[in-house]
Parts: sequence; structure tokens; C-alpha cells
Amino acid sequence: MTQENTAMLKINNLQARVENGTPILKGIDLEVKPGEVHAIMGPNGSGKSTLCQVLGGRDGYEVTDGTVEYLGKDLFELEPEERAREGLLLGFQYPVEIPGVKNIYLLKEAYNAQRKHRGEPEADTFQFLKLVREKLQMMQMDESFLHRAVNVGFSGGEKKRNEILQMLVLEPKLALLDETDSGLDIDALKIVSEGVNKLRSPDRAIVLVTHYQRLLSHIEPDFVHVLSGGRIIKSGDKTLAQELERSGYQGIIEEAA
Amino acid sequence: MNAKALSQHYAEQVQQVRDGLPAELPEWLAGRRRGAAQRFADAGFPDPRQEEWKYTNVRPIATKPFATAQADAPVSEETIRALGFEGLDACRLVFVDGRFRGEISDLDGLPEGATVRSLSAMLGDDSARLEPLLGTLAHDRYSSFAAANMAFLSDGAVIVLGKGVRLERPVHLLLVGSAGSPATWNHPRVVVQAAEGSEVTIVEHYADLEGANGFTNTVTELRADAGAQIHHYLVQDHADSAYHIGSVFVQQRRDSRVTSHNVNLGGRLVRHDLNVDLTEPGAEIVLNGLFLVGGRQHVDTHTRVHHSSPHTSSREQYRGIGQGHGRGVFKGRVLVERGAQKTDAQQHSANLLLSPNAEIDTKPELEIYADDVKCAHGATVGQLDETSLYYLRSRGIDAEAARGMLVFAFADEVLERMELEPVRTSIERRLAARLPESGAMDVIG
Repeated sequence: MTQENTAMLKINNLQARVENGTPILKGIDLEVKPGEVHAIMGPNGSGKSTLCQVLGGRDGYEVTDGTVEYLGKDLFELEPEERAREGLLLGFQYPVEIPGVKNIYLLKEAYNAQRKHRGEPEADTFQFLKLVREKLQMMQMDESFLHRAVNVGFSGGEKKRNEILQMLVLEPKLALLDETDSGLDIDALKIVSEGVNKLRSPDRAIVLVTHYQRLLSHIEPDFVHVLSGGRIIKSGDKTLAQELERSGYQGIIEEAA
Repeated sequence: MNAKALSQHYAEQVQQVRDGLPAELPEWLAGRRRGAAQRFADAGFPDPRQEEWKYTNVRPIATKPFATAQADAPVSEETIRALGFEGLDACRLVFVDGRFRGEISDLDGLPEGATVRSLSAMLGDDSARLEPLLGTLAHDRYSSFAAANMAFLSDGAVIVLGKGVRLERPVHLLLVGSAGSPATWNHPRVVVQAAEGSEVTIVEHYADLEGANGFTNTVTELRADAGAQIHHYLVQDHADSAYHIGSVFVQQRRDSRVTSHNVNLGGRLVRHDLNVDLTEPGAEIVLNGLFLVGGRQHVDTHTRVHHSSPHTSSREQYRGIGQGHGRGVFKGRVLVERGAQKTDAQQHSANLLLSPNAEIDTKPELEIYADDVKCAHGATVGQLDETSLYYLRSRGIDAEAARGMLVFAFADEVLERMELEPVRTSIERRLAARLPESGAMDVIG
């Protein structure tokens, strides 16, 4: 495999809008290689969430120009579930509550969908439970979480932990985390960050989309990009995040203008 | 009344009841049946111009000459097992086309003070006990169908519990319809009297042999005395070519508690009326319901909860799912009488439309004549939540399976209130089999 050297995700001049709305992404270029951790930072309204939704494949967004290649394939040719099975997993900013569907059931269905996709036999309940218990412990979640309906009645922190739990079970190739730090208190932030750090590996890439620098003091990125007005206006290493913390977005935006 | 005169076919059947009831029938019953036949003849079949039948046109029934069921279809133990609920340990009464079949029933192990018998057996040697119970909650005036049930009464089940008697095992009433040529109708009746402090679980279960095309016209009368508890499961799982109209009457006294689980999966044209009268303080009713209509099925449910005494409570939750060209109706009436203070009534109807050709009408009706009450109701008709669907897909679950999961989950929130595990599991399976690509099965098992 020569994957080490080639980009896993190649975004080229991506332009998108909410269907029939005004343009939000105005030409994004980004390359992500295996093993890398990228942070995309930007003020409110800069297009962070739109970028995540477009990459996730949510309905209601329109790509007007540009391309996205994921593992050498045209990402937009893939349905949302195909993207997930190919290892591109999106952690939601607002994880959805699904009454009546138990957490364990969602995890198992998702896990087996992926195995089936790879031509592997489905996991039996015993094996699967063993795996999930191990991951639960990492996220400091009680086993009772498994038998509760997905995110129903979960606190903000529990929802985010649940997103990372899914990541740990499904082991994506590319984890795309949309404001995973929002709404977390310090303790939950620490647990979530530790979970993300456990995901780090030489053949996995992580893209963190965040508003605040504080997440990055727990998860050290290799690259930091500043998104503003639908474009990446500046890229750098982790020191860029520290610079942002000092001078705020305004300083960087003015500098780039 | 707007109804048209009965067809010649039904007029002849009415005539037979008037002139030809068996001589051994107790006089009180012969009188009630003749009176009911007259009422049925006078009223005829209801018409959609009548408010109560606005959404349900029974013309397919009225114009079909259903013959009297011979009830001699051969049914084996094995068939009964296949139709029943796997793992349900119950006292079992089997009826085929409305007639009791002792040879495939199981009435062993009943405790002292409990009477669980077929109506025909009871009429044979103990009819005096039936006189105050049969047809006294369900008046012929109630509807043409209730009248027809009394007039043409085929058989039924009688459950009478003495003071403080608790039946550990549920009573499973399995009413099986067969394929007839010509198609037939039958009129079973279920009569339950739970004396003070007694408790019983009853599974009134309609299922069919393959190709069944008959019409089952049922009446159920439930009486819960002070502190008694009745758990009533009404499971309608007819063949899609069968017709079913059923009326349930519940009368509750002080501190009694009745739970009703009404599940409708099958049937071509189905109508249920549940009428509850909370007559003394502390009486409490829980009404759970679920219907699934697909193909060209039509399922209509009317519930009426009558708070006629202070300090009574009702909790009602009905859910409906429409697919194909299915048509569902839910009409829930809550009546709080003057003086029925401290009534606590909640009603909710939620419905899911999965096809552009399906239709569900839901109509809550609250009528409140007391001023110190807590009453709430809500009704929704909607589609699957797109955000939930996307969330599941974003985890690698394909769109069809995700849809199936969400629909199943919607229905299961009603089913999971059922305490009888084997019944619940079996219904979940049958439901899943009727839903498109429900990936829900492995988790249930």
C-alpha cells in the first residue's frame, strides 16, 4: 500500500450552498493524509458546519463547484451510508435523539453493516458485547447506556461521549468531528479528548472542526486551518491555534484580507 | 336513521331468529335475542352519513351475503400452535368461526373461585349466572353490529372471578376464522366479571386460517369491581381478506384498574369501539393502541372514555402507521361529567404516514363539564424524521433498514408497555414482517 504518501481526502475548490440559498463554501482546498490530525477553526457562520454536512452527505446542500476525493473515489458518488462503510465517519455537533432505538442496537447494526461491506462475517452478540464494554470503559460510560434509546435524555456531555463511543467501535479511517467540544464541561472535555486521542493511529486521519482553541490543548493537531467566509484563509501548525487564542479571529482575518 | 332496509339475505336470517330459536334456550336469552334481531332489522347496517360511521363505509359487509358459519373447519393442534404466541403459558379457549372447540382448548389448573368456560357450556348448565352479565353492558341500541351479535350469538367465553381470586396464568382466547365458500359471519361474545380485588389477564386474539374471508362480529363486556384488575389484550391479526367489527364495553368501580392493549395488524375492513365507563372514584384505565394499515386495509378505532365519577383517571396512547393505500382512523372521545372533579385524563394519538397514498384521520374529542380537572390531548400525523434517518445512515445503516428501524421503534413504544413478554415478542415479529425491510429483528430475538 502506498496510502502513506497519498492523500486520503482531497478537497479541491469546493463550493457549496444550502439548496437555492446564498453560497456558503466559496472554494475550499484541503488535503488530509493518513495519520494526520487537522483542526479547522473559524468563527460562527464561516462554513464549518456546512463543510461537515457536505462531506457527510446530508440532503439539502448543493455542491456548485469543485471536487472531493476520498480514498481515490469521488465522494459525491457515495450515499451517506456508503461513506460511513468506507470509513468516513461524521461526529455530529448535535447528536440526534432517536426514541425507541436502543444504543446497543444502533451500534451493532452499524458495526455489522460495515463488516458486511468488507465481506466479513457479522459479529455474534457475545463477541460484540465484549468489544463494546471495552470501549464503554474508555469513555467512562456505564453499561446502562447501551440499553437506553439513542441519545434520548442524554446530557450534552453524554451525547458527545456517545459520538466518540461510536467512533471507537466503528474505527473509521477518517473521523470528522463537528464541534465535538461544544457544550462540554471541563471533565467531559477531558474524557472526550482522551477518546479522540485513542483513535489516533498512523493509518487513521482525524479532522476536528471547532470554534475554540481549548479542545486543541487536549488533542494536539498537526495542522490548523482558519476558515472564514467560506474559504481557508490561513494554514499552519499548532502554533496557529495559539496565535488565534491571543489575537482572536479578527486579527487573522484582517491580516489575510 | 339513514340506513337502508336489510337485503333479503339478512332479512331471512333475522326471520330465523324470530321464529326458529332452539326451545332449550333460557327464556331471558331467547327474549333478548329476538329483541336484538328486531333492532338489527330496524336499524339496518350503518351508513357513512351517520357521524359515527363517517370514515368507515361498511357497504362491503352489507352487500356481501355472509352465511351463518358452520364452524366445522378442521383445525389441528399444530395449526393452533402456529397461530398462537410462542412460549405463552396460558389457559386457552379456542374458537373456530365463532364456535368453541374443546378438543384443542386447555382449561386445566384453574384456581378455586374462577370460572373460565365457553358461553355455550355455561348456557347449558349455569345460565342463571349469565343473565345479569350477558348483554347488560352492551346494549343492542349501541349499534347494529352489537345488536347483530346478540341476535345471531354463536358462542363465546365467560370469565367470572370470585372475590380476591387472581389468575396467575393469562387466559388466551384464540378465535380463528376459516376460508368459507360462501363466506360466513360469526358472532362471538366475551363476558368478564372480576369481583372485588380479583385480577386476570385476558388475551382476546383473532387470527385466521389461510385465505379466510369471513366477517367476525364481536362484543366484549368487561366488569371490574372494586380494586379489581383486568389486563385486556385485543390482538387482531386476521387475514387481509377478512372483516372484523368489535365493540368492547368496560365498566369500572372503585379503585379498579384496567389496561387495554389494542393491536391491529390484519384485516380488510376493521372497526373497533372501546367504551369505558369509570363509575366510581379511584377507577383507572390505560388504553394503548397500535394499528398498521397497508395494501387496501381499512382500520377504524373509536374510543370513548366516560369519567362519570370524581377522582378517576385515563391514560390513552394510540399510534397508527399507514403504508400502501392503507386507511386508518382514530377517534377518541373523553367525556368528563359535571361533578367528576379531579378527573385526570390524557390522550395522545401519533401517526406515521409512509406512503403518499395512505391516509390516517385522527380526531380527539374532549367534552368537559367539570371545572377542577386535568385533561390533555394531542394528535399528530407525520412522516419519518429526516434528521434521524440521516443520522442512522451516517453510521453506515442503509436507507431502507434505517427507515425500518425508525418505523419499528415508533410502534414499539406502544408494544413495550405490554407485560406479557411472549405476546409482545410475537407481535413485534409479526409487525416487523409487515413492515418494509425492517432490520429490527435480530435485536428483538
